[in-house]
Amino acid sequence: MTTVAAHSDAHDHSEHGEHKSNSYYVKVALILAGLTALETSTYWIDFGPLFMPALLTMMTVKFLMVVSLFMHLKFDNKIFSYLFYSGLILALLVYIAALATFQFFGAS
Amino acid sequence: MSDLAVAHDDHAHDAHAHDAHATSTGLSNNKMAMWLFLGSECLLFGGLISTYMLYRGRHAANLGPNQVFDIPFTSVSSFVLLMSSLTMVLAVSSAARQDHHGTNLWLTVTALLGATFVGGQVYEFTAFYDEGLGFTTSLFSSSFYTLTGFHGVHVTVGIIMLMALVGINKRGRIPGDRAEVVELVGLYWHFVDIVWIVIFTLVYLIPS
Repeated sequence: MTTVAAHSDAHDHSEHGEHKSNSYYVKVALILAGLTALETSTYWIDFGPLFMPALLTMMTVKFLMVVSLFMHLKFDNKIFSYLFYSGLILALLVYIAALATFQFFGAS
Repeated sequence: MSDLAVAHDDHAHDAHAHDAHATSTGLSNNKMAMWLFLGSECLLFGGLISTYMLYRGRHAANLGPNQVFDIPFTSVSSFVLLMSSLTMVLAVSSAARQDHHGTNLWLTVTALLGATFVGGQVYEFTAFYDEGLGFTTSLFSSSFYTLTGFHGVHVTVGIIMLMALVGINKRGRIPGDRAEVVELVGLYWHFVDIVWIVIFTLVYLIPS
């Protein structure tokens, strides 16, 4: 019975991940809100050559924060990460392939 | 009598453990299926975003992204959807603690924030249409409406799932060990949010 309970605990920890406190999630949301405000500020403030890299970096950071912390992918079983990121990487490859196709054959 | 009670308890526990672990991976099949579904959704939205990025410059001079987009308005919408992710994670957290009242409260707030976002999108589409930007006006408008429309439909489906969860929870049909249902809807909702994080930057903030 002890073994079953221990196994059950291990299962809970690995499958459902680590549930943080509400204040932790509020802090994450405040960082996300700050990043969104910074993103929006690029509409009014000229960031010069940093404009595009800054926007793409902030977008990536927000994306990874939500996926890792709100969706618990950071704390969950790695199989879930493989399933999700394989789809994401495949989507990026499709985009690169489409861009390349239009670059090489679009003008003719 | 005491031994019998212990044996019965063991049997009940084993039966429960069997239900929870009756998969070859030891992981929940439902959760696995949801992540697989979200991975495939990346491909769907990847295709739609790619199409938009390729056609964003194909429009009449006075009806392009730089002329019609209202960035301050869309920024507020984005903020609303982002905050709905916070309320969703609070709902999942409440469900894990078996706090049914908290779960219902945060699920309802999430649905309301989602409805606010969809309402904003309907307003935005109406304003664009009034300015002369119909679905078939240009390649830009077609790809824009298709991409953001698909996202809006996903948010709407999410709202329906949230409200259904509230209804089921009110009838007490989500006991503690079934809190995973809330987590699965939460995963879908967060996915809808991360898609919008990408759309907001690539479609709205980066000029064509």
